[in-house]
Amino acid sequence: MSKSVLILGAASDIGLAIAHEFAREKAGVILAAREPGRLEADAVDLRVRYGTEVTVTEFDILRTDRHDAFLDGLPALPDVVVCVVGLLTGQAELVMQTNFNAPALMLEAVAARMEARGTGSIVGISSVAGDRGRASNYVYGSAKAGFTAFLSGLRNRLAAKGVQVVTVKPGFVRTKMTAGMKLPGPITAEPKEVGAAVLAAVERKRDVIYVRPVWRLIMTIIRLIPETIFKRLSL
Amino acid sequence: MLSGWGNYPRVEARLLMARGRDEARAAVSSEASLIARGNGRSYGDAALNPNAVLSMLRSSRMIAFDEESGRLTCEAGVMLADILDVFVPRGWFAPVTPGTKFVTVGGMIASDVHGKNHHGAGSFTEHVDSFDLALADGQVVTCSRSENADLFAATCGGMGLTGTIVSATFRLIRVESPYIRQETRQAANLAEAMALLDQSASSTYSVAWIDCLSTGARMGRSVIFCGEHALPHELPSPPPKADTRTVTMPFHAPAMLLNRWSVSAFNEFYYRRNPAGTAIIPYGPYFYPLDAILAWNRLYGRAGFVQYQCVLPKAAAAEGMATLLRRIAASGKGSFLAVLKQFGATNPHGMLSFPMEGYTLALDFAVDRKTLALLGELDAITGDHGGRIYLAKDACSRPDLLRRGYPRLDEFLAVRHKVDPDNKFSSLLSQRLGL
Repeated sequence: MSKSVLILGAASDIGLAIAHEFAREKAGVILAAREPGRLEADAVDLRVRYGTEVTVTEFDILRTDRHDAFLDGLPALPDVVVCVVGLLTGQAELVMQTNFNAPALMLEAVAARMEARGTGSIVGISSVAGDRGRASNYVYGSAKAGFTAFLSGLRNRLAAKGVQVVTVKPGFVRTKMTAGMKLPGPITAEPKEVGAAVLAAVERKRDVIYVRPVWRLIMTIIRLIPETIFKRLSL
Repeated sequence: MLSGWGNYPRVEARLLMARGRDEARAAVSSEASLIARGNGRSYGDAALNPNAVLSMLRSSRMIAFDEESGRLTCEAGVMLADILDVFVPRGWFAPVTPGTKFVTVGGMIASDVHGKNHHGAGSFTEHVDSFDLALADGQVVTCSRSENADLFAATCGGMGLTGTIVSATFRLIRVESPYIRQETRQAANLAEAMALLDQSASSTYSVAWIDCLSTGARMGRSVIFCGEHALPHELPSPPPKADTRTVTMPFHAPAMLLNRWSVSAFNEFYYRRNPAGTAIIPYGPYFYPLDAILAWNRLYGRAGFVQYQCVLPKAAAAEGMATLLRRIAASGKGSFLAVLKQFGATNPHGMLSFPMEGYTLALDFAVDRKTLALLGELDAITGDHGGRIYLAKDACSRPDLLRRGYPRLDEFLAVRHKVDPDNKFSSLLSQRLGL
């Protein structure tokens, strides 16, 4: 592979893990994050390890008015764009903005350009939390549900236009975002697994992936529970 | 709960994480007492502190590599396995490697690890040019043989007690292929094994697996594995494929699984299935046979195990090793993972560096009350023969043996007192041994 990949939200553990997987395959990597200074050491690490071209660029997904300018400012439209941006807790409006509005608008702008070119892959990191709203995190879950639906529609629209859209539902992942939470070992993935799963999904032209396959089963069961029972469960 | 690789002892400890120099410095500043930890492959209590343990595993970034000299600079939490993955395909190899690749650069310096090439290449820190150390007062200083030389010497093998290593520069070596030409020879007893190791001093790598349960004329029977980096023209075509499959030991084995009979049977089998001969094998199975079994430490049961590793000076080695082996065989406690190896000269820099010119013996014991008593006896034999024990393996030894075995201990303590007067850097090992 001598592709180029743009990672939006690259400072996250999952973002960096994805960068490692693509860089190992000799892809050129653009790391986009709000505080690019924090990523310089990681960029050096990627270059030393894989000898590939790595650039770091400032990007704030919440500044939706600047999305077009950001994309037009890149040296070239990348082959692969991965959106890892996400926020688990916080003020409801910010959680909604960060997990749905801003990523969807950004990928819409990417999609228009890839559609015009006739090639490309768009990867959205969504969440199993979007598969059904639960008391513990329904603001986050509903925004991710919206993002999942957005990616589904985008895939449908671009299927005949040469552009691939992948929805990734990682399940539990051991990251900074989940540090301190008690996560059950067998269904908790390492960031590296997510990175490898994203690379494989792009290479094999997959549509929707759960990083650990058991999550597909778990979420199918959770979706099948009738609402009359579901509302009484503590989830 | 946290423990070393031997699962003994286990303690409750707060685990802090540091990614990079600034986070390491902040963590060191914020704690009254702590010890750094890499991948937790030291066997005993070296990386345990009930107050706080600072994991450097996320400080895992490479910083620079010079294709001309092979000089690599990286953060302390970079794993040897990562270095090999990245650089072996580019024709480089670690200058010194311990028996597992799941160790960090910081851990290799703190334990001044050695490998099967110690007689020629010395220990790991002899290939280290410099490192950055976060000190108790919150400063980060660069240490090398010319800059802060006493701190450099105290930190090489210093078990993390002078400060926390945040990054290091060391030299990789050029290799022509990722394969090893292995020559296997059998020795009928201890004397023959030591003679064969002595004769293999010209081999780059040499190590003996030793049967520590056989007695009488067969006491110390061994299989000696010598190795050279294979040259491209020596490789069969097609070259053997590296088997990268691993299995995971899923649970703790019942303690009774390992006993005199099962281990004797394994030893008989192992001795017979390794006849004399030459073979070209990938570097993995030569250096890291046990890495293919993830979590093999569970083999010793829930109570855990201790690895006993001592070195005896050359002059006293023949008699001392025989005494050790007789005592171990009589106890019936020895494990099947026993190793005998010849060491070259002592590292002139590391004040607490373990290797000295002579022979080293390493073997595992499942933990029970009898084992702990036996280890005390082995310590006495080691001490009486002018030897010392390896701190990276130790979980049970006592201050007096440390003092007898490490002549530069006071020099080390003086440096430590200067940079860390309040003993901020402290581990269960340092507390037990009065370090």
